[in-house]
Amino acid sequence: MLLIDCPYCGKRPEVEFHCGGEAHIARPETPTAVEDADWGSFLYYRTNPKGLHAERWLHGHGCGRWFNALRDTVSDAFVATYEMGKPRPDRDATAASTSSNA
Amino acid sequence: MRRFSLKSLLQEAASGHQGWERQWRAPEPKKEYDVVIVGGGGHGLATAYYLATVHGVTNVAVLERGWIGGGNTGRNTTIVRSNYLFDESAGLYEHAMKLWEGLSQELNYNVMFSQRGVLMLAHNHHDVISFKRHVYANRLNGIDNEWLSPEECKAYCPPLTISPDIRYPVLGGALQRRGGTARHDAVAWGYARGADARGVDIIQNCEVLGLKRHPDGSVAGVETSRGTIGAKRVGVVAAGHTGVVMGRFGLRMPVESVPLQALVSEPVKPVFPCVVMSNAVHAYISQSDKGELVIGAGTDQYVSYSQQGGIQIINHTLDAICELFPQFGRMRMLRSWGGIVDVTPDRSPILGKTPIPGLFVNCGWGTGGFKATPGSGHVFAHTLATGEPHRINAPFSLDRFRTGRLIDEAAAAAVAH
Repeated sequence: MLLIDCPYCGKRPEVEFHCGGEAHIARPETPTAVEDADWGSFLYYRTNPKGLHAERWLHGHGCGRWFNALRDTVSDAFVATYEMGKPRPDRDATAASTSSNA
Repeated sequence: MRRFSLKSLLQEAASGHQGWERQWRAPEPKKEYDVVIVGGGGHGLATAYYLATVHGVTNVAVLERGWIGGGNTGRNTTIVRSNYLFDESAGLYEHAMKLWEGLSQELNYNVMFSQRGVLMLAHNHHDVISFKRHVYANRLNGIDNEWLSPEECKAYCPPLTISPDIRYPVLGGALQRRGGTARHDAVAWGYARGADARGVDIIQNCEVLGLKRHPDGSVAGVETSRGTIGAKRVGVVAAGHTGVVMGRFGLRMPVESVPLQALVSEPVKPVFPCVVMSNAVHAYISQSDKGELVIGAGTDQYVSYSQQGGIQIINHTLDAICELFPQFGRMRMLRSWGGIVDVTPDRSPILGKTPIPGLFVNCGWGTGGFKATPGSGHVFAHTLATGEPHRINAPFSLDRFRTGRLIDEAAAAAVAH
């Protein structure tokens, strides 16, 4: 079971959370103006990387708030968690911030 | 290929079993093949076998990063059934079922296909309605599936409790008598042996790193950890790593890779006569011929390539098993493991062309690909040999995620299958 560092509550077990899939996917502003291929891409295509993955988590059985996380899909280790609306941290920044948070 | 028979068995018994030959060669890759298959699991090996036997295409290589059958083929819970709701799925899985029924004879290799029946339990009113709809839809498609009352379920599977006092009582079940189990390793090995005997090169420890293309964009070959291999057509059958391989080819795929777990108990005498699946409480169970209870758990909720899942997932499944089969309450579990499954948005596979001419893909089997192994290989071989999908796999195109013509088995079954 994963130990997840909620930015609002701290470290809690995975059973308190729900994973909301890949983060930073913007819904097209005007769906009617979008080509089928692009709409299909928005709906169905995900990065699915073997490596760092930015994803949304909901602390449903805790503070009830959504946040984003950067996690390594090979080791399942969380590299960083950050608030919704913030840009995805780059690798160097996350190395610094996780060490300062720890 | 030396055929297995009573005569060959007796001969070898008399000579201390020293004369058995290797079941497949370990060839060096050739400069070029007509077809290169990326991935040496059951589906890839079956594809190679049917390319050779049905289409006469024998200049074929199967490239496997690890060892054949070492991925999900060797990790699944070996359930075989074909009672899917939609016509497209029913066509594909029933095609596989018909091939299963003659597979040991055809391969001259005992895949231990045992049609002991697959019983799917209903625990609430919605299940009952949904399963009865499945039964009727299956019958219209010529697929056997029948509705059993709780008492009939109990008679078919005596370890089951049908007490009304459990948290989710059994209200009935849908039984496919032709469903059952097969020996997963034997499926990979049988297809490998049959394909190898017809000239297919099975190349293990060979990772595909990139795609070579002609100036017009069509496939010219693959870059591998063992050098460049030319190919007129390439078929990617890489299961959980399909996204990784296709990423190296510059293509995105509508799949996400997640861990799926299974576990087995200590071996005991025969106690469990069939396969029981319960989608609502999430438990899949059968007994292997070795005597272990083979139990399938659920997927984790996040993308991962770690080949391990959360302990809470298997605990949840064991809770359900103990509730439905109280006699297993003190059984010890021997080992658990995870595999990485590639899940599509509509929970149906992708079998067909890609935007790159000469490149084909067979993926997205998610949590239920083993049962389709022979049928998947058969229709994908047709696709690779002719360049066009077979009638059966035509609906399972990659393009459906643009057109929106999904085959939404996820909603139909309300669970991973």
